[in-house]
Amino acid sequence: MQSPQKSRAHPYMASSTDDARAQMLAAVGAREVEELFEQIPGDHRVSRGISLPPQLVAEADLRRHLTEVLGRTRSCEENLSFLGAGCWQHHVPAVCDEIGRRAEFLTPVWGTPSSDQGRMQAWFEFTSQLGELLALDFVGLPVYSWGCAAGHALRMAARLTGREEVLVPRGMDPERLAVVRSYCGSPELERHLRLVPVEHDPATGRLDLADLRGKLGGRTAAVYVETPTYLGVVESDMAEIAALARAAGAETIMGVDPISLGVLAPPGELGADIAVGTTQTLGVHMNAGGGVGGFIASRDEERYAREFPTLNVSICDTVVPGQRGFGMTLFEQSSYGAREGGKDWTGNSVYLWAVVNAVYMSLMGPQGFVELGETVLQRSHYAARRITELPGVEVRWPQGFFREFVVDFSGTGRRVAEIDAALRDRGIFGGKDLSQDFPELGEAALYCVTEVHTQTDVDRLVEALREVTA
Amino acid sequence: MSEQLRRYHAAVWDEPLVMEMGAPGRRGTRIPDTEPGIAQTVGPAEDLVPRGMRRAAPPALPELTEPEVQRHYLHLSQQTMGMMGISLFGTCTMKYNPQLGEQVVARPEVAEVHPHQHESTMQGLLQVVHDFDLVLRELSGMDRFVFQAGGGADAAYLHACLTRAYHASRGELGQRTEIITTAQAHPCNPATAAAAGFDVITLPLEGDGYPSVAALEAALSDRTAALMVNNPDDMGIYNPHIKRWVELVHEAGGLCFYDHANFNGVMTRIRAADLGFDACMFMLHKTFGVAKGGGGPAVGAYGCTAELERFLPGPLVTRDEEGYHLVEQGPEGVGRVREFLGNVPQVVRAYAWARAMGAAGMREAADISVLANNYMEQRLLRIPGVTKSQPHLTERRLEMTRYSLGELTERTGVTAHDVQNRMVDFGIDAFWLSHEPWIVPEPFTPEAGEMWSKEDLDYWMDVLAHVCDEAHRDPDLVRTAPHRQVIGQLDGSALDDPERWATTWRAHRRKRPAAG
Amino acid sequence: MLGVLVNPVAGMGGRVALHGTDGVWADRARERGAVPRAARRAGQVLAQIARSAPGTTVLAAAGEMGADPARAAGLTVEEVPRAGTGPTTARDTQEAARCMRDQGVELLLFAGGDGTARDVLAAVGTDVPVLGVPCGVKMHSAVFATTPRAAGALAARFLAAPGLPVAEREVVDVDPLSGSPVLHGSALVPHAADRLQRSKAGSAQDDDAALDALCRQLAGSLEPDRLYLVGPGTTTGRLLRALGLDGSLRGVDAVRGGRLVGRDLTERELLGLLAARGPASLFLGVVGGQGFLLGRGNQQLSAEVLRLVGDDVVILAGASKLAALDPPVLHVDLDDDAGPGTPLAGYRRVLTAPGTSTVLRVAG
Repeated sequence: MQSPQKSRAHPYMASSTDDARAQMLAAVGAREVEELFEQIPGDHRVSRGISLPPQLVAEADLRRHLTEVLGRTRSCEENLSFLGAGCWQHHVPAVCDEIGRRAEFLTPVWGTPSSDQGRMQAWFEFTSQLGELLALDFVGLPVYSWGCAAGHALRMAARLTGREEVLVPRGMDPERLAVVRSYCGSPELERHLRLVPVEHDPATGRLDLADLRGKLGGRTAAVYVETPTYLGVVESDMAEIAALARAAGAETIMGVDPISLGVLAPPGELGADIAVGTTQTLGVHMNAGGGVGGFIASRDEERYAREFPTLNVSICDTVVPGQRGFGMTLFEQSSYGAREGGKDWTGNSVYLWAVVNAVYMSLMGPQGFVELGETVLQRSHYAARRITELPGVEVRWPQGFFREFVVDFSGTGRRVAEIDAALRDRGIFGGKDLSQDFPELGEAALYCVTEVHTQTDVDRLVEALREVTA
Repeated sequence: MSEQLRRYHAAVWDEPLVMEMGAPGRRGTRIPDTEPGIAQTVGPAEDLVPRGMRRAAPPALPELTEPEVQRHYLHLSQQTMGMMGISLFGTCTMKYNPQLGEQVVARPEVAEVHPHQHESTMQGLLQVVHDFDLVLRELSGMDRFVFQAGGGADAAYLHACLTRAYHASRGELGQRTEIITTAQAHPCNPATAAAAGFDVITLPLEGDGYPSVAALEAALSDRTAALMVNNPDDMGIYNPHIKRWVELVHEAGGLCFYDHANFNGVMTRIRAADLGFDACMFMLHKTFGVAKGGGGPAVGAYGCTAELERFLPGPLVTRDEEGYHLVEQGPEGVGRVREFLGNVPQVVRAYAWARAMGAAGMREAADISVLANNYMEQRLLRIPGVTKSQPHLTERRLEMTRYSLGELTERTGVTAHDVQNRMVDFGIDAFWLSHEPWIVPEPFTPEAGEMWSKEDLDYWMDVLAHVCDEAHRDPDLVRTAPHRQVIGQLDGSALDDPERWATTWRAHRRKRPAAG
Repeated sequence: MLGVLVNPVAGMGGRVALHGTDGVWADRARERGAVPRAARRAGQVLAQIARSAPGTTVLAAAGEMGADPARAAGLTVEEVPRAGTGPTTARDTQEAARCMRDQGVELLLFAGGDGTARDVLAAVGTDVPVLGVPCGVKMHSAVFATTPRAAGALAARFLAAPGLPVAEREVVDVDPLSGSPVLHGSALVPHAADRLQRSKAGSAQDDDAALDALCRQLAGSLEPDRLYLVGPGTTTGRLLRALGLDGSLRGVDAVRGGRLVGRDLTERELLGLLAARGPASLFLGVVGGQGFLLGRGNQQLSAEVLRLVGDDVVILAGASKLAALDPPVLHVDLDDDAGPGTPLAGYRRVLTAPGTSTVLRVAG
C-alpha cells in the first residue's frame, strides 16, 4: 500500500494545503495569492523577511517551551502570600473555572439575542446578583477595572451636575488613583475634571470630615469614598459623608469590594448614588493582575441610567407570549451607537469574568457571603493582634478594618524591603510595601488576610516576622 | 443551490433564572470555619465591624447546590451558539484559540501570581511578556509595546492619553486640541479621543473609498494633535496615500496612530513604523489567537517609537544581564489607563500562538484570509440581492468586503437584520453588519480568516443564498425568524422605557410584580 | 386617525404634473414608470401598518390618491371626496390635506416627492404632523423617512403613541426653471428614532440634540461688537433660538450685540450692513436633504456678499444628514456669475456637534 503524501499543513488552518489553495485561486481567477494584494503599493511593503523566533508548530515542543519558561515564576500557591492592595487572593471554586472555560462562553464575540440567549441570561444573572449584594437596582455590564469604573463614575457625576471638581480620598490606592487621573483629563483641554484630595484622620484612618466639609462646595461634582479604604479601614461615617455631599448638590460615589458585602452594609443602604468596585474577588484568579474587572451601579433612576457608559442588559419579552428574553438597553448612548457622541466609550471589557462572577455568586448564596465575611474579619483581626505582639511592630489602625491592615515596622529599625526579601527566602510574600507611596506611615506595609489563610499560616507568618525583625 | 442544509436546532432548556432556583438552606460552597483559637482571641465577627456598618439582612441570593449551579450554567452555555456554528464576524477575526494556551494559563505560574509580587519571583512571566513585545516590535517596526490596555478601544484611549502627554511636554496641549479620524475608523477612535478631551474631526469617504488627501489637508492646522486611522478599513479597502497622510500630519505637528484592527490580512507585509506611524495597536484577542471571552478580557497591545517611549504608562518590562525588571515611568508618562501590567494570561496565550505560527505561519494565515475573502466575494456577488460597497473599485479587496442587502430589502422588504436572524436557524453565528454610520444600506461584512475550511465557507454561503431565496419566496418566514433558536425575536419595546427596563431582577420584580 | 395621501405621479417628471400645469407631462410620467413607484411604495407602507395595527381606520384621499391602495392593503377607509376630475393636480393634494387636518387626523402620511411635500406644507403648515414616504427621484426635503419600511414603522409607532415628540423639518423644492433648491418652510415630523431599524445615517434625533448643544455653545462665544449674518434654514434657526431671537427662517438675518439688527435682508441691505459694520461672520446651515449650502433660497447671499464676508464662514449641519450624502459633497449655487474661484468652493470644515466636525468638499 502506498503511504499517503506527507502533509506539512498547519494544524490551526484548514486551507493550509496545496489543494485548498489551488481550488480557491481557480475560483477567484488568480494565479497566485500575491495578485490579491494589488491594492498595496510596492513601497509600502516590508522589504526584508520578518524575523521571529523559530516556529514551534508541534504542540509537544511548544508545551515544553512554555512550561519551562513559566516555571521560572513563583506563585502564591506554593508560597504564602499576604499581598492585597487592588488584587486579592480569595478561593476560586472549581466550578468557576469549568464554566469560564466552556468554549461557548470563552471563544465567541457577538450573536443575536436569540442565539446568544444563554450568555445574555448569564450576564443578567451577574447584574442581578451583584444588585442584591449592593442593594442597587441598576447595574451595568462590567468595565476593565475598579479604577476605570471610578473614572467613568466621576465623569458621569460631572455630566449629571455640570460641575468639574471631584473629591477623592488622599489615601486612595496610588495604582487606582493613576487610572482615575487619566480619566480626569488634562487642564489644557475641555471637559477636564479637577481632582481634590481629602485627608484622612491619622488617628482613625477614616475620612477627615472637617477637611471634607471645607472642600465641598458649589463646584463639587462628586465625593468619591471607599469602604473599606485602600488601607483597610471600614469607613463608618458613610451615611454622614453621603448626606454632606447631597447637601452640597454633589453625587456620592462609593467604592466597595462586593466580597465584603455579606457583613458590611451595602452602598444602596448607605446613601450612595453610584457604586463602583472590583469584580476580581468574585471567582476570578489574580492572573498577575489580569484578573481585575470593575462594575458601575446606581439607583434605577433615568438620570443615572442615561449616563452609563457601559453596555446594559435588560430582561424583556419576546414576540412569543410568555417567553422571556434579554436585550441591550440604552445602547444608543454607547460609543457603538453614537461614536464620539456616546458617553465615554465602550469596547471589549471583561465580559467572560461577568459569567464567572455570576457562577461565583450563585455558589456562595446569602450564607456564603456572610460566612466568608466573618471568616475574613476574624482571621485578619487575629493576624493583626498576633503581629502587634512582635517587638517594634505596630498595627496602625488595629480595629474596624476588613481584610487588610497597615503594619508599621519602623520600630524594628528595618526597612520593609529588607523584611520582604527575608520573608521571600522563607516562602512568604509580605504585604504591599507602603513606604514610598505613604512615607508618613513610616516603614509600613499593607497586609491582607482572607479565607485562604489558616491560623497555621498566620502563625507561620508571625514566627517568620519575629525572626527577620529580630 | 444546496438543499442539504443542516437540520440545526438550538438547545432549549427553558432554563429559569438562577434567582428563581434552589431552596432555602442549600449550599453551593462552604467557607472554611474560623479556628477556635482565632475566635477565642478576637471574639465574634460582628463585634469587629463598626456600629452602623454591619449588614442587616443577608443578600437575597439564590441557594443552590454545587451540581445545580454547574448544570444551570452548562445549560446556559448550551443556549449560546458561541462560535460552535460558523462565525465570520467581520473585523473580529474569528480564529482558533489553541487549547494549549488555555491549559498553560490555568497553571499557578500564571493564574496564582499577584501583580505586586517582587520581580525576582516573576521572571518566567516577565520573560514571556518581554519576548512577546519583541515579536510585536518585529512585526510593526515599533520600539516598545505595553499591554495594559484592556482591549482595542482602551488602546485607542491610551493613544489619546499619550497624545495629551506628548503635546503637554512640548507646552502645546492648550493649542493642539483636535484629533482627526475617518468615517470608516472604528467608533472607539472618535469616542476615546472625545473622552480624553479632544475635539474630533471625521473625514468622510470619497470616491476612492477613503478620504482624499485634500480633505486631510483642509483638516490639518496648528491645532492638530493626532491622526487615528485604520488601514485597510473594514471594507477591505487600502488607502494607498497613507504615507503621504502621515507626512502631512507630521508636518502639521501631529502624531499618527495606526489602529491595526484589520492586521490579519496584511500581517508580515506591512509594518506601521515603515509607513511612518508613531504608534500602533494590535488586538491580541483578534489577530493573535487569543480567546475573545465574548468581549474580553482582551488586550490592545500598544506600541510606539523610541521618541514616545517616555510617555508610555508604567510599569515597563525591561531586561538586562541580571534578568527581567518592572520599571516605573517618569513624570512625563501617562501613569495608568488600567491597573497593573494588563491581561497577562492573554499575553501568554498570544505568545504561544505566535510561536506556534512563526513568521511563515503568519504569512500563510494572511494569505489564506485574503484568498478566502476573495473566494467568498466571487460567489456572494452571484446571490440575487447581494451587492458590494463601492462596486466601481475593481481592485481585489483584502481580508474583508462590505456587502449590501439593500437590493434584497428593496425587492422583498427583508432587511440585513432579518437575514441575520434567519441564518442562525441553520447554525450560522450572527454576521456583522457595519459600524455606525452605515455607508451602504443593509450592510453585512463577513471575514473568512484562516481557520475556517472551504467547506465551512461554502456552507455559510449556502445558507445565505437559501435565506435570500426564502426572502423572495416567503418574506414573512424570514422577517419572523428565528424559528429554531432558543427564543424568538425580542419585543424590544421595554428596552428604552425607564418604566419597564430592568437591568437587575430586583428592578424587574419592582416594575412588573405580576410578570415574575 | 391616519390621513393617507398618495401623489400617483410622483417620481421622475411627476413634479411638473403635480403642479397641474400640463396634464401631458403626467401621462409621460406614467409612461416612464413613475406611477407604479409611488403606488407600490405607498402600498408597502400601508400593508405594514395594517399588519402591525389591524383595524386601523384611515382617512384617505379619493381613488388612486389614497383610498385605493389603502383598501388594497386591508385597511378600513374613509374617503375624502375629490372636487376635480381628470389627472390629479396640486390643488387636489392641497384640498385633501386641508380636509384631513380639519377632520383631526393625528398624522398625515403622504407618498410623493418634494413637490408633494410643498403642497402638503402649503395646506396644513405646522397644524398637524406629517411624514413622507420617499417616492421622488431626488428628495431635498427633510420630511421623508429613509425607506418605506422606516416610514411604516414610524407611522405605526406614532399612531400607537401620538404623544411622541415632533420636530421641525425643512421642506425644499427645486425651482423648475433654474434648477436651484428653494426653502419653503418647515413642517412637523414625528421624531422617534427607531432602534430596531436604524437608518443609514444614525438618527435625526441625535442630530437635533447635538446641533442645539452646538448652537448654545456658539451663541455663548459671539463677540459683542462683531456683526453676524445668519443664513436660512432650521439649522441656523437653532442658533437664533439659542440667542433668544426670532429669525426669519427663510431669509438672511443679522445679529450684533445679542440683538437682531436685520431680518430677511436683501442683498443690498447686506452690502450696506457690511460696509457700515465692517468685518462679519456668516453662519450657514445645509438646507434640506441634498447638501445645498446656498441657492435661490438665499440668493441674497450673492458672490459679492460672500467676498465681503471673506473666510469667516461657519457651516453647521447634522452628522446624520451629512452621512446620508452620497457622494459627500456640498453644493453652492450662486445667483450671479461668481467668476473664477467660486466663494466657499473647496474643502470646508463643517461643525456637527460641540467638539465635533467633519470636512466636506463644497462644489462650485
